Amino acid sequence: MSAPLAAQTSRTPGVAFILKKALISALVALVLFSLMIGVRTEAGSDGQLTYWTRFGDLAAMVAAVFGGSIIIELLRQWWGPVDTVRVVPAPMKLALSLAGRLVAPVLLVFTFLVPVLFYNERYILDLAILVLTYVMLGWGLNVVVGLAGLLDLGYVAFYAVGAYSYALLATNFGLSFWVCLPLAGILAAFWGVLLGFPVLRLRGDYLAIVTLAFGEIIRLVIINWQSLTGGPNGVTGIPRPTLFGIPLTPGDDGLAAMLGIEFSPTHRIVFLFYLILALALLTNWVTIRLRRLPIGRAWEALREDEVACRALGINTTTTKLTAFATGAMFGGFAGAFFATRQGFISPESFTFHESALVLAIVVLGGMGSQLGVALAALAMIGGFELFRGLDQYRMLVFGLAMVLLMIWRPRGLIGHRAPTVFLERQQAISSDLVKEGHG
Amino acid sequence: MDYFAQQLINGLVLGSIYGLIAIGYTMVYGIVGMINFAHGDIFMIGGFIALITFLILVSFGLTAIPLILLVVLLVSMAITALYGWTVERIAYRPLRHSFRLAPMLSAIGMSFVLTNFSQVAQGARVKPVPPIITGGYTLHEGAEGFNVQLSNIQIVVVITTIVLLALFTWLVSRTRLGRDMRACEQDQTMAALLGVDVDRTISMTFVIGAALAAVAGMMYLLYYGLVDFFMGFVAGIKAFTAAVLGGIGSLPGAMLGGLLIGLIETLWSAYFSVEYKDVAAFSILIVVLIFLPTGLLGRPEVEKV
Repeated sequence: MSAPLAAQTSRTPGVAFILKKALISALVALVLFSLMIGVRTEAGSDGQLTYWTRFGDLAAMVAAVFGGSIIIELLRQWWGPVDTVRVVPAPMKLALSLAGRLVAPVLLVFTFLVPVLFYNERYILDLAILVLTYVMLGWGLNVVVGLAGLLDLGYVAFYAVGAYSYALLATNFGLSFWVCLPLAGILAAFWGVLLGFPVLRLRGDYLAIVTLAFGEIIRLVIINWQSLTGGPNGVTGIPRPTLFGIPLTPGDDGLAAMLGIEFSPTHRIVFLFYLILALALLTNWVTIRLRRLPIGRAWEALREDEVACRALGINTTTTKLTAFATGAMFGGFAGAFFATRQGFISPESFTFHESALVLAIVVLGGMGSQLGVALAALAMIGGFELFRGLDQYRMLVFGLAMVLLMIWRPRGLIGHRAPTVFLERQQAISSDLVKEGHG
Repeated sequence: MDYFAQQLINGLVLGSIYGLIAIGYTMVYGIVGMINFAHGDIFMIGGFIALITFLILVSFGLTAIPLILLVVLLVSMAITALYGWTVERIAYRPLRHSFRLAPMLSAIGMSFVLTNFSQVAQGARVKPVPPIITGGYTLHEGAEGFNVQLSNIQIVVVITTIVLLALFTWLVSRTRLGRDMRACEQDQTMAALLGVDVDRTISMTFVIGAALAAVAGMMYLLYYGLVDFFMGFVAGIKAFTAAVLGGIGSLPGAMLGGLLIGLIETLWSAYFSVEYKDVAAFSILIVVLIFLPTGLLGRPEVEKV
């Protein structure tokens, strides 16, 4: 009875070690939280600051950290060292690879059926539209980050350009959605090139921070240029989309009246759902096709090694610019869709947090994997929705999840992908061999 | 002319605060080669801790202003330094040898965590404090009734910055820790082979950077008389701009860059438009990186294949 126990303790650190570690964590937590949680400040009605103590909350937090670190340590021992190779039995492997191949078609069919299955559940339809918008944004950013390896922290700028292009063109000149959609894409692509030019020579983190600054500049200009954009009040009364000119309204010229069916506001939601699905699939299809074209191969070569890329005679300037422009164009499409869905846009929708969210989706999706991005968008937005009730804790949980996911799977959920070119037989490349984000 | 002189003074004071934050960016970038995205939020935490300590001290009946300031400074530096250490430990150390994007994203995540942690813990409203250091000097009586003022708080900010900068330069150039830091900056593997504890040195870098950010946070609190949970983001980007402008990895560069950014921002607000002052700061970042990628005092980076 005691022999296996002894073997156990010789391999893994004992109880004393775990307790010591947890105690240190709790002590650190006590100092960290002592003032920030133990004392609460608030400005009174007369502008005077008052404070009161919350030692109960403080004790609870410290206890939580103590318990949490014990659990984490136990989990770590149960899981074994990080680089343990786990042997997967052959039948299981086969089943897994089969499941892996089936995920995409099943997911696609299910997505097509969502409006049929959940026709009466407005909430689920709205959520599905939101998820698809982020899937599209993720796929668009994937061109820049995943394929070309250019780290872009200001992607929301193109989303904003697209949204404001449609909103302003439609409200000022009465142009229809279908005319504005390509215009929004073109304008966003134009801004992408405009951003691309100055940052061509930058690499890695510098590129990230400049794109971040660019995103903020766009947002600040939108806020301050009140005569054009309405400033912080945003643009209201953005026209709803029409089915190529047929409005989805209860009137006599509406779609419902033309088809002779009873009008229902759900028609518009379902229409919007298929619209964003079509746009997202278009993004996906274009990306997959582009990857097989010389330009797509040049992007991936650029991501792997810029110097080698230049030595091979690839024009890095045009390669980077096309990547920026293509990604920005999809961002613009998504923005136009966002504007028409909401009917109202304001600068608040285009903060840095959105860029970070889309980037997190792309990285979590495994950078370059189309399916991974879709799954990551589903997980992120779905997870976000779960915390809707806990409004002020949502971002806290989002930040924590981002940190933990990065530590757990720095390479994203889908760390392998099929190469677009191969010699004799296809082999999955482990993304450990790929050095992304060198920009 | 008087107006210009006044703006010059204001700009230099603001620049000192940016410079203190920028040092944290430049040190971490120099050693680990990554942007510490959470650094702006560390600055914000420093401001909050200074505020809370100040409130507690005042409610205990302490009235000696210099004593209060000293205690607030030390407490804020100590606790914020522990925040810096914890952030490094949780979000960066496990990803030290991961691919480059991973620590960057966990840093962004950490920045969200800190921002929202203080929002949840201390509320979303702006926290004002009454002016703690009052009074000042009139340097020059203008003809049209416009006087050039130098307030005591401005003097405190500038002197604190100069003292800390001197202390810090001594630390980096003369002590064992400073030598370890410079060794890690050049070659981590070689430094480890020669007996430098790389993990500890990197931790210490974060701790020192956070302590300086805490000072900046306290100075901000004294100077502007308020803190809020969102102030770290914009201040962080501007301080990073300062670090880049001065040449990333260079300590005097970070200070110089901070002063320049402070001056540009103040003069821009004074002569052009207040609304677009942040746009001006961000545009400078882009322009500097295009035309002067190594910054004013930085060394050119050699690209190896």
